[in-house]
Amino acid sequence: AAPLAAIPTKYTLDEKLTSKEDVTTYNNFYEFGTGKDDPAKNAGSLTTRPWTIEVDGLVAKPQVIDIETIMANYTMEERVYRMRCVEAWSMVIPWIGFPLASLLDQVEPLGSAKYVAFETLVRPEEMQGQAGIFQALDWPYVEGLRLDEARHPLTILATGLYGETLPNQNGAPIRLVVPWKYGFKGIKSIVKITLTEEEPPTTWNKAAPNEYGFYANVNPAVDHPRWSQATERRIGEAEGLFGGARINTLPFNGYADEVASLYEGMDLTKFY
Amino acid sequence: MASLAIPTRYRPASVWALYAIGLIPGLYGFYLGIFGGLGADPVRAFEHLLGLWALRFLCLGLLITPLRDLFGVNLMAYRRALGLLAFYYVLAHFAVYLTLDRGLILSSIAGDILKRPYIMLGMAGLLLLIPLALTSNQWSIRRLGPKWNQLHKLVYPVLIAAVLHYALSLKVIDPEAAFYIAVTIILIGYRLIRPKLMERRRARRMATAQR
Repeated sequence: AAPLAAIPTKYTLDEKLTSKEDVTTYNNFYEFGTGKDDPAKNAGSLTTRPWTIEVDGLVAKPQVIDIETIMANYTMEERVYRMRCVEAWSMVIPWIGFPLASLLDQVEPLGSAKYVAFETLVRPEEMQGQAGIFQALDWPYVEGLRLDEARHPLTILATGLYGETLPNQNGAPIRLVVPWKYGFKGIKSIVKITLTEEEPPTTWNKAAPNEYGFYANVNPAVDHPRWSQATERRIGEAEGLFGGARINTLPFNGYADEVASLYEGMDLTKFY
Repeated sequence: MASLAIPTRYRPASVWALYAIGLIPGLYGFYLGIFGGLGADPVRAFEHLLGLWALRFLCLGLLITPLRDLFGVNLMAYRRALGLLAFYYVLAHFAVYLTLDRGLILSSIAGDILKRPYIMLGMAGLLLLIPLALTSNQWSIRRLGPKWNQLHKLVYPVLIAAVLHYALSLKVIDPEAAFYIAVTIILIGYRLIRPKLMERRRARRMATAQR
């Protein structure tokens, strides 16, 4: 990771940051293995230059954008967000990135575009979780947002954290961060963005549709079928084994004021 | 039948050594947990470590009979220790769940037990282990006679509950969980074919004796 400058923004939580050590060693990135420490151990092999993102689908100006162009052309902002994993743990992370909306503006979505689909790299020779007999998920990892969710000012494409470019295990060189949704929506190492009319398939929904929905909004009132989502453990809060009491999970991960209106009239137990 | 290389007079000492060695992973995990050596989520790591060692000792205990039947290796003297170690690890696992994980918030724990199949399975495993641990002494074995064997067959549902409890707590079946599912299938599967196997062996022995 190299130093990466960013301007401060109003999106700065007044909560204790999770240590950089924890943020960069406790990850879910199944392309590098299913253990929490596997990504930090195995992602060093990933080549992140050259890197391009293909943006296509229902847009006026489809294009292949080079990561260097992105790094040069967009103003990088610091965003301190909560990150709530569907496994009921959470962190507070100082991301660096820029609004996804600015990139969408650049490609000019057509009026018929309703959704944004994302795709991660497939490169089994560098991503060991994509090779061998045991593969946890279908590759490529795919995710999606409704266009209004994608355009929301909180939704960013992150290129760094803690003042540096993204470590590979956190989704280098560029990933999605949607702070009011469970972490698995934050697709990593993005190579393709497609604007569509239909709701795109998403990886965890394909793996277990009754457990992971398309929306995946953080919601303490809607449990995962196998465990409760009412509380979470904040990573790094415990002193060793003690003092790591659970905290209550907030609706929309604490961003309800900003985003609840996106889902007005929707039954969130049905659209989980 | 081949017995263990350890002479009989050292056997009690070796059983005690097994208890001592068996408790090391848990104590070491606790030590690591206290001093920040269990990673970013030490409570979860410690809870998982205790559960996994319980499962390991359960599997090792159930390996004793096939080892004797199929390979003539008699480790029967260690079976009780393995079973009790499994029980101690289950107790520790449950205690960590109640205290460090759930913070003794009883409403949340009760909700968990009543609503979550994987927690129910874990609880069932723990409850079924209690009579086995209580009757693991020489006095009970003598007193219960053939009923003791019947009672201790409960260890099979315990293993099935334990491995399901483990698998259902995960987002995906990872290689480690797949390994324990396979081991469980082999250990339980062996018990299903064992009566036939023993019968065939007896018949063969009879035939040889008659010749």
